[in-house]
Amino acid sequence: MNTEMHSKLAKGIATPISRALLALLLMVIIGCLFNADGSFFRWSIHRDMLRQVSVFGILACGMTVVIITAGIDLSVSSVLALGAVFFAWFTLPLGWPAMFAIPVVLAIGLGLGSVSGALVAHMRIQPFIVTLAMMVFARGFAKVVSGGQKVTNYVMQPDGSSQLVDHPPIYNLIDSRILGGNISVVTIIFAVCVLLTWVVLARLRLGRHIYAVGSNEEAARLSGVPVRRTLISAYAISGLLAAVAGICQAAQETHGDPETGMAYELDAIAMVVIGGTTLAGGKGSVVLTLIGVLTIGYLQKILSLNAAPEATRLMLTGAIIVCAVLFQRGRR
Amino acid sequence: MTGEGGIPTPEFSRGEPLVVLRDIHKSFGPVEVLHGVNLEVKSGEVHALAGENGAGKSTLIKILSGVYDDFSGEMVVGGRKRRFSHPIEAVRAGVATIHQELSLVPSMSVADNLFLGRETTGRFGFVEFESQEEEAARILDNLELEVSPHTLVEELPLSIQQQLEIGRALARDANVLVFDEPTSALNEHEAGILFNRISALRSEGRAIIYITHKMEEIYTLADRITVLRDGRLVGTALTHELAPRELVRWMVGRDVVAEDVTRQEYSDDPALEVLGLRVTHPELQGRFVVDDVSFTLRRGEILGLAGLQGSGISEVMHGVFGALGHRTSGEVRLCGEAFQICGPQKSAQRGLVLLTNDRKTLGLAPDLNVIHNASLANLSCYCNRFGWIRRGEEAEEVGRLTREFSLSAPSLEAPVSTLSGGNQQKVYLARWLLTEPRVLLLDEPTRGVDVAAKADVYSLMRSWVRRGMSILLITSEMEELLALCDRIMVMHRGKVVAEFTNETASKDAVLSASMGQIPAAKVP
Repeated sequence: MNTEMHSKLAKGIATPISRALLALLLMVIIGCLFNADGSFFRWSIHRDMLRQVSVFGILACGMTVVIITAGIDLSVSSVLALGAVFFAWFTLPLGWPAMFAIPVVLAIGLGLGSVSGALVAHMRIQPFIVTLAMMVFARGFAKVVSGGQKVTNYVMQPDGSSQLVDHPPIYNLIDSRILGGNISVVTIIFAVCVLLTWVVLARLRLGRHIYAVGSNEEAARLSGVPVRRTLISAYAISGLLAAVAGICQAAQETHGDPETGMAYELDAIAMVVIGGTTLAGGKGSVVLTLIGVLTIGYLQKILSLNAAPEATRLMLTGAIIVCAVLFQRGRR
Repeated sequence: MTGEGGIPTPEFSRGEPLVVLRDIHKSFGPVEVLHGVNLEVKSGEVHALAGENGAGKSTLIKILSGVYDDFSGEMVVGGRKRRFSHPIEAVRAGVATIHQELSLVPSMSVADNLFLGRETTGRFGFVEFESQEEEAARILDNLELEVSPHTLVEELPLSIQQQLEIGRALARDANVLVFDEPTSALNEHEAGILFNRISALRSEGRAIIYITHKMEEIYTLADRITVLRDGRLVGTALTHELAPRELVRWMVGRDVVAEDVTRQEYSDDPALEVLGLRVTHPELQGRFVVDDVSFTLRRGEILGLAGLQGSGISEVMHGVFGALGHRTSGEVRLCGEAFQICGPQKSAQRGLVLLTNDRKTLGLAPDLNVIHNASLANLSCYCNRFGWIRRGEEAEEVGRLTREFSLSAPSLEAPVSTLSGGNQQKVYLARWLLTEPRVLLLDEPTRGVDVAAKADVYSLMRSWVRRGMSILLITSEMEELLALCDRIMVMHRGKVVAEFTNETASKDAVLSASMGQIPAAKVP
């Protein structure tokens, strides 16, 4: 290889997106090597992987937005659970049609996100603390709404008897597959979330303000950027997407479980960071996050295909997160 | 040693050489940035290292101070051949660097900072605070600083912090002191104190390497000058044998024609009227850092605002712009219309903009590229009502302005942090010019900017006032103030104490007024 090609290659690897893609490619190659008697080459494996990461991926989209503002949102898992419980409660015991239930659940997610954002922006409390508090609060709220139990289709009647009601069709719709059974609906929802987040971050004024605030908040303020409104919007987007994830979760589990989604925020953060978005803020993109989501998805799929025991899986995942981030950072 | 083009480099006959760098080459990846540089600094000498931004001064200093060890060539420090692989090794060998960004820990006390990294410990590893404090008091005494060793560093003004940094270097028996643009955050008075300190260090027989963009500092302080350009040694000369004009030619590689200073007549229409402006002290209740300041800036005028640190000149700008929120009170009229001070966003919309004196922390978003940084304040003009950015139009507008500013950047898509200081400043200026402002508040627009870029900024400022904009200017360089301003207003302790026209202003008069001695000139 001559030096010109060499430096070209080095330059190509230097961009975050090509490094993230390389990590993903490496993971796919490992999958091809440890293919579990050829099952890695079947589409159904990839389809299932995509379905399994979709809920995490939706959370990771919102997390990306918040992390670019140099913040963090620990509350996404609890907001997800709250969204799931409310959705199940509206549609099963209350019997609301989905077209009412969904907007209300989304509004609740948006509202809680805005509250976190307002506390960060106006009260100047650190995002870690604010969203930690919101994480605990929303989990409690979910337990209050559900009475501490799963909200199922086994509904208590006014006369005290219980009765099974049918799930509204929305549950089946979200949990089904389309395009000849080749792709799950939740994966489509995830893809739409990625696209919308990309539009916000890369094409809208709000996105530009999000990057500016994350890179240098004081400079952004002195340039006339509405810093508070920007911060509130970022956390609101994260809350909204957590509610979307909650609806998907409820549909897949066919009930609203106040205990669902425990520690999902950690997976979401890991996916964002593996993609190459740094916690320092001002840098990154949702495309990187998408690559990060797929990298972790393939890692876990490969481990489960090869019947790696749970303990090994956890240890390997931890080690690979560190390796991926070191690789992302590149040579300094 | 002989400079470029056969320029002879005379021998300087004082003391023995403490630092000798011979034929230094340094590369970053495939790019060589230093091409065989020589430097010799003797004891009892102040040696100025000059050159434009990107000439290689910083790289050379980083080799000397142990930041880079992968260079080729020979480095002799204190008579021994050395290659420092870590900054601490350089410090142990007696080379101390006083950086533009100070390396003190703000939340720790003066004494703790002086002994940071070399605490005196007793038998069990406990820090012996008492003996440290005694020693610290002795060091402070030597520096003639009236500061208690218990004071937290963050409570001290920048100029004192810098003196502490020198104190720390002396406490480590540094024989070679490197000053990297030490006056960039100091006013003239504080700079004077620093110069005295440096002269004292010289007479103690230490070797001093002094990096600056300011010509007058070179000629007040330096015994010899070494000039670098594009990573090459241009030459070394005795200061009194190298005329300023010749020095500029060495640095830039061509003659810089002095800009025509014919002044444009400004109109009588007021652009910015400020009446009874007050800014309260951030901590002390009932104290004002700006106390009842009134002035009128006319259309097409450059009004200079002079004053020492703590005189409140920066606060006047920040206050009028609305960056200080509720701390500000007073009446402002913009082009004859009443103007409510209510935050940067509103001010910028009305055509009143502030260029802060600190582009790094208060100006640019380092991760954003040139286009995104430049368009930040004017983004709404490139958006439809859904907030969708018309990116073609944005890039075109920024491109047009950056060409006008003769910006040199690898690409407009490059993060702004990869640009040189002068070019970063141009991006920062472009951000405000895109909003087509009526009044520009410029706080140190040429700080940390090299000679050529400075000339660009001057001619840009002149072109803006010709187009009817008005400028309120703060600069710590007296020559700049006198050459650019139509009028100069001097503040001392929050009040306006004197005002000069271009004809009545002189360096001495402005300086003595800013130190509180009210001259015979007219007092408003």
